[in-house]
Amino acid sequence: MDSEYRFIHKHILSLEDLSVADIELILQTADSLKEISTRSIKKVPTLRGKTVISLFFEPSTRTRLSFEIAAKRMSADTFNISVALSSTTKGESLIDTAKNLAAMKPDVIIFRHSCSGSPRLLSKHIKASVINAGDGTHEHPSQGLLDLMTVREKKGDINGLRVAIIGDIAHSRVAHSNIIGFSKMGAEVVVCGPKTLLPAAVERLGAKVAATVEDAVSGADVVMTLRIQHERQKDPLLPSLREYANYFGITPKIMKKAKPDAIIMHPGPINRGVELDPELADGKQSVIIDQVTNGVAVRMALLYLIMGGD
Amino acid sequence: MVESVNNTPILLVNGRIIDPANGIDQNGSLLLENGRVSRLFFGKKLSAPRGTRKFDVGGKWVIPGLIDMHVHLREPGEEYKETIASGTRAAAAGGFTAVACMPNTKPFNDSWAVTAQILSKARNCSAKVYPVGAISKFGRGETLAEYGEMKEAGVVAISDDGCPVENSQLMRRALEYSSHFKLLVISHSEEKTLSHLGVMNEGYQSTRLGLRGIPRVAEEIMIYRDLSLAEYTGQPIHIAHVSTRESVSLIRRAKERGCKITAETAPHYFTLTDEAVDSYDTMAKMNPPLRSPDDIAAIKEGLADGTLDVIATDHAPHSTLDKDLEFDLAANGIIGLETAVPLALNLVREGTIDATRFVELLSSNPARLLGVEGGTLRVGGPADVVVIDPDKDFVYTEDQVVSKSKNSPFLDWHMRGKAVLTIKDGEITYSDS
Ligand SMILES: [Zn+2]
Repeated sequence: MDSEYRFIHKHILSLEDLSVADIELILQTADSLKEISTRSIKKVPTLRGKTVISLFFEPSTRTRLSFEIAAKRMSADTFNISVALSSTTKGESLIDTAKNLAAMKPDVIIFRHSCSGSPRLLSKHIKASVINAGDGTHEHPSQGLLDLMTVREKKGDINGLRVAIIGDIAHSRVAHSNIIGFSKMGAEVVVCGPKTLLPAAVERLGAKVAATVEDAVSGADVVMTLRIQHERQKDPLLPSLREYANYFGITPKIMKKAKPDAIIMHPGPINRGVELDPELADGKQSVIIDQVTNGVAVRMALLYLIMGGD
Repeated sequence: MVESVNNTPILLVNGRIIDPANGIDQNGSLLLENGRVSRLFFGKKLSAPRGTRKFDVGGKWVIPGLIDMHVHLREPGEEYKETIASGTRAAAAGGFTAVACMPNTKPFNDSWAVTAQILSKARNCSAKVYPVGAISKFGRGETLAEYGEMKEAGVVAISDDGCPVENSQLMRRALEYSSHFKLLVISHSEEKTLSHLGVMNEGYQSTRLGLRGIPRVAEEIMIYRDLSLAEYTGQPIHIAHVSTRESVSLIRRAKERGCKITAETAPHYFTLTDEAVDSYDTMAKMNPPLRSPDDIAAIKEGLADGTLDVIATDHAPHSTLDKDLEFDLAANGIIGLETAVPLALNLVREGTIDATRFVELLSSNPARLLGVEGGTLRVGGPADVVVIDPDKDFVYTEDQVVSKSKNSPFLDWHMRGKAVLTIKDGEITYSDS
């Protein structure tokens, strides 16, 4: 890298922990590593001999696969461990799991867990670097970074943009990382969703709260919708997905309020016709597939930087 | 554990004797004989019997032994966290001569048999143990426990602490039925459908950390129900661990109307805010959760103006097995017996309360509410006395924790003021030297 800034983080636990300079460096690194995925031989020897374990306590296909591809393109050895959710109650504590894994000398643990803050707990009990691949309703930093990369790619600069995030803000770690990431990088972040799906004091994270979806989307450069999960235990958050779609879904009509060149993002998987009109998901404004492509590049950058690349 | 012999007289010379029940706050000396307070001397030279152990307590407070009306001793059932012996040792080290232990043991203390077992284990321990019996059988909130038999076996109050009594009719019946046995009903006031799966105070910090929040209304709504039932039935009720501004205000207004409501708070609720949860520190996880600076201010006002009657610790020992976990999975609660005195003395030093109020909150009021002896230094009363050095500086380190569990958010804090001599029934149960 030509940057003079040195990356000092051993773990990637949240965007809250990263400075603007850190994020700049990650995005620059990702931009330059993205090219590798376009070669006919998609592999560089950078991380040969390094061991990367993905430890997932929640089901995931795309995030895990994206990390695995990223690691393999850089020649690291990758291993996957999926633990059924119930195992935490079956006896082995997270700290015991960490100690056992540590004994096998991994270099990086890619970690997903339904309990917020658990990557931090893991990082305290293991020598390896920990990358948070999503913890509870806390953060999903690599997703936030790939979203920043995608917006920067499409818009040139993040500073001064208006980013609307629509949907279940309260239960979305993606929204959380994006509110922090985009506001850190100088964008105006506006959120909107049913009041039942807005977290307490979300303004203090750096987001404005819009009263209606129209207000939120008005003048936006970026419109991000989030997956709506209806099945929340014993907590009546929404009457139905149908009603959500009618009042909070992003439709072509609502998109007319945004800037003409606005882009549409979604962290996936999409409930087509619920939070996002199917026509928009596949339309010209959608950058959803670019997000997936950039996911690999950002994850390559994270692995590269925490393993001491410079 | 118990150092001197019951019938060796003890003389505490030239301390600041504070006994609100008798309107005393002046320098003097106190003689304890045969497990009783035998004489108070002010200004004059005194003659003590032969063989008396003399302690010069100049510059220190001589006050009635502290009484903690809300502790969890974990025995029977979870002796790996605490036992009646270890918990009462912690009590003595913190200046307490008596504790009231909540019924959420395993088995639940919902019968005379469990009460009797607790009391038999408590014999010869370092503090008096007053069991609190269950409101409902098994603490399940469905049917009344047998208050009459439990009272005969020795319970001093009833509570389903740990769990709220969700069924309002059962709470009403508990208030009515307990009146025959003069047992105070202690309510853990929490509306469970609002606290839901929450693990910390709902607010900016819970949003920042991605942890599910417990809204303050979960506590306030239930306090409102409880005081309404107390007013309707005309029975007294005591609200445990008050943590919010509106709770204090509800209780204040109810008292003004003549409702027989009393309430307690714990030192952590006037010392820490939800910022202590920063970086997912499970030592700051408790129920009700730590709140905001504004709530702290309201709790201090409540302690000063008499709205809150008692400081109790909600001493809740948990081992590393229960605390070294993901925040969502970690147990609620912290130990508190050994840090109550310095934390409450902070209130005296900052001018929130005076020394007399300190003694009321930590000794006289809990004695009166539970209907137990102590809480005063009256001549002829039990020789339950604590000597506090209000200026003693110390660092509260893990290796000096007397409790079996070390789950305190105050570890490594610089503290000021502590119990230096604790005497129960005329026997020294703790001495700091
Ligand atoms: Zn309680």
